[in-house]
Amino acid sequence: MNSDQIKGWSREQMAQKIAEDIPDGSYVNLGIGLPELIANYIPEDREIIFHTENGLLGVGPAPLPGFEDDELINAGKKTVTAIKGACYFHHADSFAMIRGGHIDICILGAFQISETGDLANWSTGEPNAIPAVGGAMDLVQGVKTIFIITQHTTKNGEPKIVKECTYPLTGKGVVNRIYTDFAVINVTPEGLFVRELAPGVDFEFLQKNTAVPLHKF
Amino acid sequence: MINKIVKTTSDAVAEIFDGATIMIGGFGEAGSPIELIHALVDHGAKNLTVVSNNTGNGHVGLAALIENKQVKKMICSFPRTAQSVVFPELYAKGEIELELVPQGTMAERIRAGGTGIPAFFTPTSVNTPLAVGKEIREFNGKPYVMEYAIRADFSLVKCKIADRFGNLLYNKTARNFGPIMCMAARSTIVQASRVVEVGEIDPEIVVTPGIFVKKVVEIKNPISENQLLKDNRRYP
Repeated sequence: MNSDQIKGWSREQMAQKIAEDIPDGSYVNLGIGLPELIANYIPEDREIIFHTENGLLGVGPAPLPGFEDDELINAGKKTVTAIKGACYFHHADSFAMIRGGHIDICILGAFQISETGDLANWSTGEPNAIPAVGGAMDLVQGVKTIFIITQHTTKNGEPKIVKECTYPLTGKGVVNRIYTDFAVINVTPEGLFVRELAPGVDFEFLQKNTAVPLHKF
Repeated sequence: MINKIVKTTSDAVAEIFDGATIMIGGFGEAGSPIELIHALVDHGAKNLTVVSNNTGNGHVGLAALIENKQVKKMICSFPRTAQSVVFPELYAKGEIELELVPQGTMAERIRAGGTGIPAFFTPTSVNTPLAVGKEIREFNGKPYVMEYAIRADFSLVKCKIADRFGNLLYNKTARNFGPIMCMAARSTIVQASRVVEVGEIDPEIVVTPGIFVKKVVEIKNPISENQLLKDNRRYP
């Protein structure tokens, strides 16, 4: 098999897979970009409360055209709605929820993830780039469970799951589970365990595209 | 009699001096006190250190203040956004300093500033480049980094409703940094979309108690930064 023939999961399927793994009643923070898709796939019989760090618990779907409110936005600065029972609060309270361990699950994107769950997702470390961190470092330290949603390899086909991150870290030993287009992988003290393979992906192919040893579940 | 209401935005910002540290509320456009910032552009105070989550969009608001060369240093968590053009250019030329702070650490440093706590320990940023050079201490076997409080000479904050005592209510996610910035400045200057009589705000729902506020100016229909951006406007 070569990667041209491998389709794996689409972005939407990855989002759906994560959505199905979020327990009823969870408080969840979604990172900017790909993680935002997850909100579209929560099973109807579950009540999940979405937190956005700019001060809203109970983020609802995007507003209908003409109903956008510049003062009702998410962390990605996109207009959103507030569900019934939502609440607003200031930034110190919002980060008390994050840093105080009150949010159950946070789902973020990644540049690199190490074998031991180190995460790099805020800077490529290029000398001329303007660094920007937002709430990523707070989220990985404070939230109980960190899921990563990412393509398995970079655009050039380089593994994103590596021995040691070469990009600047967001946090050390913080990732619990990785959802890629090829597989779902648990990060444990005994190493990386493959929980599920995408259709058309076998263990050998997955291992070839991962820079560290994987274990079968 | 206590009356914190001032008539104009220029009265509101009149006391801001060169070299001041100023906190400016807002998360992107939401909560950004555009009229007060534009009054500060007109006022002309220079060598300012500005604490704000972002660095402004296009050529209006905070971006206009930076473009007018009034800001020597930004303390923020996310200096580049899709529509931020002024700060990236000055930063690339080395004409503006940046202190990058994780968003929650920034919020907590501001809160600490307002509550008389000089410094605190947090696990956020441990083992990352943002902890380099900072004191690390172990508590219960885990490493934590020491972060200092931030206090400001002035805060510029936008809210929805105020009274002459300075009690404030905010609007949706435009609240963001407002309440903690009000606490952390020696002089907090607020623009409110509506000023009501004392007693009209239910004491149970006051968000910022008036003791944290110095001046309030009423701006009935605040400009939408998004509209200014769509119209490709510049300030001044």
